[in-house]
This record gives sequence, C-alpha cells and structure tokens, in this order.
Amino acid sequence: MDTTILGLPLIYYAAMILKVLVVFVFVLLTVAYATYAERKIIGHMQVRLGPMRTGWHGLLQPIADGVKLFFKEEIVPAQASKFTFLIAPLIALIPAFISFAVIPFGDTVELFGYKIPLQIASVYDTQAGRVLDLNVGVLYILAMASLGVYGIVLAGWSSNNKYSLLGGLRSSAQMISYELAAGLAIVSVFMLSESLSLQKIVADQSNFFSWSGTWYAFKQPLAFILFFICSLAEINRTPFDLPEAESELVSGFCTEYSSMKYAMFFMAEYANMVTVCAVTVTLFLGGWHGPLHPVLNFIVKVYFLIFVCMWIRATYPRYRYDQLMRLGWKVFLPLTLLNIVVTGIVIAAFS
Amino acid sequence: MIKPLLQGLKITLTHLFKKPVTLQYPTERPQIEARFRGLHALKVAHSSAKCVACYLCPTVCPAKCITVEAGEDAQHNKYAEKYEIDMLRCIFCGYCVEACPVDALKMTGEFELANYKRSDFVFTKERLLEK
Repeated sequence: MDTTILGLPLIYYAAMILKVLVVFVFVLLTVAYATYAERKIIGHMQVRLGPMRTGWHGLLQPIADGVKLFFKEEIVPAQASKFTFLIAPLIALIPAFISFAVIPFGDTVELFGYKIPLQIASVYDTQAGRVLDLNVGVLYILAMASLGVYGIVLAGWSSNNKYSLLGGLRSSAQMISYELAAGLAIVSVFMLSESLSLQKIVADQSNFFSWSGTWYAFKQPLAFILFFICSLAEINRTPFDLPEAESELVSGFCTEYSSMKYAMFFMAEYANMVTVCAVTVTLFLGGWHGPLHPVLNFIVKVYFLIFVCMWIRATYPRYRYDQLMRLGWKVFLPLTLLNIVVTGIVIAAFS
Repeated sequence: MIKPLLQGLKITLTHLFKKPVTLQYPTERPQIEARFRGLHALKVAHSSAKCVACYLCPTVCPAKCITVEAGEDAQHNKYAEKYEIDMLRCIFCGYCVEACPVDALKMTGEFELANYKRSDFVFTKERLLEK
C-alpha cells in the first residue's frame, strides 16, 4: 500500500466507492419497498389488504409501478419555464440522497488490514487512532434539507399552473418555518455532546444502560419528539402534506409532472423520509449501537421509524394551513427555545 | 390534546392486526343470498314458459324496461311471443316478480352482466328462459 492519492491509500478510494454504492442501492431499495410497505400497512390499518396481485402478496408492485411510470409520456406544459421544469425533480431528489454521506451506519470494519469506518464521508486516522468525519455533519444535513425545498418551489413556479404555484408557495413557507424549529430542537443535543460531528454524537450514546451514555431520546425527550414532528413537516409527510394536498391543490407542485419526473418527486419524498428517520436514529436513538450487528441495529431502528411515519399517516388527517403555521411558530418554536434554556441551565448547574 | 392523538394511534395499531375484510373478487366469490336480485329468468313448466303475457310486469316496471307481445298458440292459449328485458334500463327492483300472477318470473344470483355491445344487453325470451 505505497501508492497514495492525496495522502490516502488506494484502498480508501475503493472502499469509498463501495460504501457509496452499497448505501445508494440500500436507500433506493428502501425507497422502492417503502412505497409497498406504506400501501400494505395503511391498507391493513384500514382493514383492507393492500396490493396482492403483482407477485406473492404484491411484492413486485414497486417494480410494476416503476416500469409503468418509466413508459409513460413525458409532458412539458407549453407555457412552462422549460429548463427549470426539467431540473426541479433533480433538485428535489439529489439532496435527499446525499444527506446519507455523513450518517454513520455501522462500526469500523477492517478490510485487508485497513480500517474502514461505515460512514461515507469519513476516514480512519491511523496516527490518532480514531475516526475522522465531517465535523459539522449535522449542519450539512440541515443544509441539504433546506436545499430540497428549492426543487419543490421551482417545480411549482415553473409549471405555470396556479395549483402548482400555490403548492410551491405553501411548501416554501412550511419548510422554512419548520426547519427553524427542527434546527433549534437539536441544538440541545449539541449542547450535551459539545460537537456537531455525528461520529461523536453516536459515540456519546454507546451505553444504553448508564445515564451518561444512554440515548439522547431519554435525555432530551421533548427535543426528540419535536424534532421528529418538525422533520415530518419539513419533508411534507402527512399530516403536514399541504404542498400536495390532493383535495384542494390537485397534488400541488407535481400537478404538471408525469412519467419519470413525477417518479423522481415520489422517490425524493420517500428518500427524504428514510433520511429523516436515519438522522433521528443517529441523533436520538443511539445510531448503530444496540444488541445486534451494528449495521442491523441501524437498519432496524430506521425501519421502525419509517413504520411510525406510515402509522402517523394512517391515523391523522391533514392540518389546515393556518393551524400548521400556528403550530410551527407559536408552539414548537417557543418549546424548543425553552428546551434550550432549560438544558443550558441544567448543564451549567452540573458542570 | 395529546391524549386523543395517542388514542388515534392506538386505534390504527389495533386495526393493523384485524383480519382484512377484502374479498379478492375474481378468485374469491361473494356468497349470493337466496333473496338476491340479479338477472331475471322466465320459469319453465311442461317444456314451455309459464308466462301468459298478461302485461302486468311491463305495467308495474318503474324503469319501463320490459317489452311483451302476446301471441296465440295451437291450443288457443295466450303466450308471450316476444319477451324482452333491457338490462341497461333495469333497476333490479323485483316489482315484476312480485306483480306476476302466475309466478312465471324469478330473479337469479347472476350479477356479472358486462358485455361488449349495447344490443347484447337486451335479453330476449330465449336468453331469459330458465336453464
């Protein structure tokens, strides 16, 4: 291992490509089967069966859906702003996927005598003997989450359709309001961990049974619940799916989209859900720590949170727009600020 | 405020484990009850239709879907030379069966009446005869 590129051995690059591929395929498969799981779970919660015909118990349904959308006609409205219209689905989709770059999904594994941390944007520093990752990982995730809103706003604006525009406007207002509350909710976690690095935050939650090393969900229960709800609002999941509101906005920003462009928005929505669940697991539910294999722990926790998202969708009706704004600004924001103040006082009192 | 939200979640979770009520239709068949009102059938007695062409069924029919024309057979008995029911107009109320004085008409459990041509929905006497 003498050859190095930019001071790093070749195996680092090979491992990096492998990690990216594995994570990408994993997220893509999860997205595909999240659509299936959602239909099944909501179906059973409504005492129906959900998809049953394509494959055994409808297991091939996501593939059938994908093929169907792929072969549909691409329609660009005559008066649409064409370039923006075409680029918007990509702007929505890409941030949803690249947030995964900083999420640690397992312990360090050793391959040919070279230690590889199971987190894409990280490297094992042999001199210091520890994992180096992006030291502002959480900020990166928040930044990517706010980039995602551009896709939806641009889609709504460029469609040249009043419903789309209203959907886009709603989503921008909603995402910006809730981003604030979500960002403030996790500030209390940083106050405890004294770091923005996700490796450090996960390492802090390594011991479930001792108070010093338990999950942040137990130390910051309010922040945990607020962050999860705000995240749902930020990624336009029910009960906060106002931008697409079928009943009033004829599916909002994606009214004019068809075929693969529509599929991209659909994938972005579910990829966002996976990302948000992964972030919540990393910040509050101990990341990959747990009784099983590290990667399995992580996957089980993420899938559980995805189930909770679907459970919530099956249970609650959609919020009204003014109620949504009131909830965001008048309830969640003061609560998160209060949480920060109380956390600060407690930390100062015990240090 | 929190309690009803949690109650809602509890209800959906308990429903998740209930047996679905879905009937997987073409493979699973619904159970047709004895009094189900489906496609009509003209009853047969002594190898001919019991109908005496009294015109009570077209008279009582609220959808005006029954066409009857009377004829005379070799024994000088009145019989329905033409008996047609337009299934596109029929509302399956069963008044014709109730009105029939000689119990010549009944309704079967047949409910899959889809067809390709509009003319195929007009059921002639031959198609209506009890099998």
